[in-house]
Amino acid sequence: MDHSSSAPVDYLHADRGIRSWIFTLDHKRIGVMYLVGIAASLVLGGLFALAIRTHLAIPALTHGTTPAASVPAVGEPAAVAAPEAAAVQADAAAGLAAEGQAPTAASTLQETPPRYLLTPRQYNRVFTLHGAIMIFLVIIPGIPAALGNFVLPLMLGAKDVAFPRLNLASFHLWVIGAVFFLAVLFTGGLDTGWTFYTPYSTTTDTRVVTAALGAFILGFSSIFTGINFIATVHMLRARGMSWFKMPLFVWSLYATAVIQVLATPVLGITLLLVAAERIFGLGIFDPKLGGDPVLFQHFFWFYSHPAVYIMILPGMGVVSESISTFSRKHIFGYRFIAFSSVAIALLGFLVWGHHMFTSGQSRLAGMIFSALTFSVSIPSAIKVFNWLATMYKGSISLQTPMCYALAFLFLFGIGGLTGLFLGALSTDVHLHDTYFVVAHFHYVMFGGTLVAFLGGLHYWWPKMTGKMFDETLGRLGALAIFLGLNLTFFPQFVLGSRGMPRRYFDYSLLLDRHPEFAGLNVLSTAGAFLTGLGFVIVVICLAHSLWRGRPAPANPWGAATLEWQTSSPPPKENFLRPPVLSESYDPYYLDDLEYDDKTGAYAGVPLGLA
Amino acid sequence: MNDLTALAPHGVSAQSEQGHHPHPDYVAHHFDSAEQQFDAGKLGVWVFLVTEILFFSGLFCAYAVYRGNHPEVFVYAHHFLDKNLGALNTAVLIFSSLTMALAVRAAQLEQRRALIAFLLVTLLCAFVFLGVKYVEYRQKWEHGLLWAGRYHATGQESNHGPEAASADRGAAVAAGPRAGETTPAVPPELPPEATASEDAPRLVGVFFSIYFAMTGLHALHVIGGIGAVTWILARAVRGDFNRFYFGPVDYVGLYWHLVDLVWIFLFPLLYLIH
Ligand code: HEM
Ligand SMILES: [Cu+2]
Repeated sequence: MDHSSSAPVDYLHADRGIRSWIFTLDHKRIGVMYLVGIAASLVLGGLFALAIRTHLAIPALTHGTTPAASVPAVGEPAAVAAPEAAAVQADAAAGLAAEGQAPTAASTLQETPPRYLLTPRQYNRVFTLHGAIMIFLVIIPGIPAALGNFVLPLMLGAKDVAFPRLNLASFHLWVIGAVFFLAVLFTGGLDTGWTFYTPYSTTTDTRVVTAALGAFILGFSSIFTGINFIATVHMLRARGMSWFKMPLFVWSLYATAVIQVLATPVLGITLLLVAAERIFGLGIFDPKLGGDPVLFQHFFWFYSHPAVYIMILPGMGVVSESISTFSRKHIFGYRFIAFSSVAIALLGFLVWGHHMFTSGQSRLAGMIFSALTFSVSIPSAIKVFNWLATMYKGSISLQTPMCYALAFLFLFGIGGLTGLFLGALSTDVHLHDTYFVVAHFHYVMFGGTLVAFLGGLHYWWPKMTGKMFDETLGRLGALAIFLGLNLTFFPQFVLGSRGMPRRYFDYSLLLDRHPEFAGLNVLSTAGAFLTGLGFVIVVICLAHSLWRGRPAPANPWGAATLEWQTSSPPPKENFLRPPVLSESYDPYYLDDLEYDDKTGAYAGVPLGLA
Repeated sequence: MNDLTALAPHGVSAQSEQGHHPHPDYVAHHFDSAEQQFDAGKLGVWVFLVTEILFFSGLFCAYAVYRGNHPEVFVYAHHFLDKNLGALNTAVLIFSSLTMALAVRAAQLEQRRALIAFLLVTLLCAFVFLGVKYVEYRQKWEHGLLWAGRYHATGQESNHGPEAASADRGAAVAAGPRAGETTPAVPPELPPEATASEDAPRLVGVFFSIYFAMTGLHALHVIGGIGAVTWILARAVRGDFNRFYFGPVDYVGLYWHLVDLVWIFLFPLLYLIH
């Protein structure tokens, strides 16, 4: 990595040695460390995903080679429309079914049961850790803690976040939480699903306490980030940056921080109670002791539904930035986009009951939650329409971050619209705990959040590393992931709506009545490997840029937000002179920035920036 | 804190444009002025307190659900709690909030000795609170009045108040007046075996699950508060604080008041049920 600019020493070279990283207070370095940790977790979670999909292809590929086809299927999956009585613990039931019933059934009915990749116990552990790692270690901290940490102070024209030590503590907690998860992995695993539903989680012999404490610690990491971002946005904006001169990514991080602060503590106390339940026999959630397991679900989803907006809102912020920049057009409906983030954050607190339609909640409560769920789709739709209006008649250039932004629009569109089927009380009773739900939340979490994360990573990569990446490789990676993701999850909508239950170890008995399940599962597995290939391309592209990339100019994409008004990578103090904005500054007024063919960069100073 | 700007020797330098204006060493490099730093810290602490309230809210919610579902359990079981000790602890905590507030004032006025003295009294109160809590927990432990998983009320040790116990018959529905309730001079007692085993409503342990979860979590916060006050005390002894820099005292004070406030809700909800 040669360092050949005459600018002041950048933050990457300001200090040397491993300690200067581990104990740094510089938000940029903390962001980069988060990025490394999250990428490592993503690889681990991704390998688990490939294991699940490989496993699930086997019944499809081996079916018909066994004589089981002549035996009538013993009944439709129990979870398709979980009956009231069983529904108290539908998830655990599914887990138990996978744990015990399915394999016995299979072995009695088939003379030569197919050789599976995983045993039932392993299968439950693998999908649980896949989910827990992806949610708690990857997607929740992903955009705010890695990308947000890096760019938030830059976008505000500040030198750092408000509480740099708290920021470092947040990262250290993340590492400790990750160590707890690894401890779970190596000491017996966890098989409750990422949702820790009681009473199964209070009876299973796997490592619930370690995992719950790990998630508890990760929750505090997330809370600390939220507190820091709120204080930073309130106190450290550059002179002249009023609230409506803030970039939309900042608005989305602010709304996210509000949710992190208001929702995460409830998860904290819930997990603590689960741990106390197991260690002491506390009795608040355990029905044997007079406790109420449905109360756990209420607590859990009071956090976890808002948490899906912790995941998606920052992604929407990234998309707002890219769409405007790469359409060379002012963002359409700035205030609507900004306020819709806040609206989503607040409405998100009122809809948790849609996860519990089949958990014995009263019919009235179900109807109310169903109606409220639809209200969240209004601000979401407002954003989508404003993005489309921004692109209208823009001069769109398909740089890699824009490719990801367009992929986001398409994928989040599908994910959000299928959410309406799940939000409608009557249809959810049919679709609950089927692959339809799996497909829905992968379209929003993977197709939405992770795709936006990748887009943001490419967008700010030149700023973070000072290197440009190869556009062709970058676009190729985006394309592979886009196609792979659709191939993986679209068939799952079909599978789910026809009754394939989620969290099942073995579905071969269903194949007699539903032979089409075989092909759909094989497609889905093929898609998973295509997606994996896409990630390999992304890694090659970014690694190549580190070693071979041409030095990044200050403003490679021609955006007017403040992070592009300092060198790439920025100096330790972010700006040589703290930026001062005048009345006329507008983070989305791009006309004063002109592309210069000779330098391959945008020249000019945004209007209103001294 | 507008007066700060006027007073602070460097507060005004926030207006200067260069990033390198002189900073007193108690102002972190990324803040322009002591005032900005103080306000940021205060905002951060308030937001943190919001998270604390939500943290407890889960338990308050559980309380509401169980009390709504099993009112008889709560009315019956709360007689086992010692109102006098609870009231004593309430007084101790309220007093400690006063001394904490005085400590903050002393810090603002640069009265170092007063600051140290008030912090010491606050600490003392915290320890008294935990001591009383310990006595209460030990009594419960001895009588087997534990959370649902360990609940095994024996009543064996009960050696007083049979008449109160007879009044307790039917307490499940009517919560009849008890000797212990109207005349606090009589120490709150355990109903004798007969009451405990025959008239006790089902699931009494659930009350103690809630009781131990709530007071236990609160006690953990008191312990955390002891740590924080000690830290402030050490810094006060070292002479870190002055008229322009007393934020940490203020922040710890706010936290301490919240811990106090939570108890003020816990006391009537657990000890004074009708
Ligand atoms: C228009 C917006 C959305 C609607 C209407 C919606 C609706 C729903 C509903 C009703 C369920 C419950 C399905 C069931 O259990 O049967 C569900 C599940 C889920 N959703 Fe969404 N959702 C939306 C957006 C999101 C977003 C943005 C994310 C994440 C970024 C997300 C992540 C999830 C997850 C993880 C689950 C599965 C929970 C589980 O059962 O383990 N959703 N969604
Ligand atoms: Cu939800």
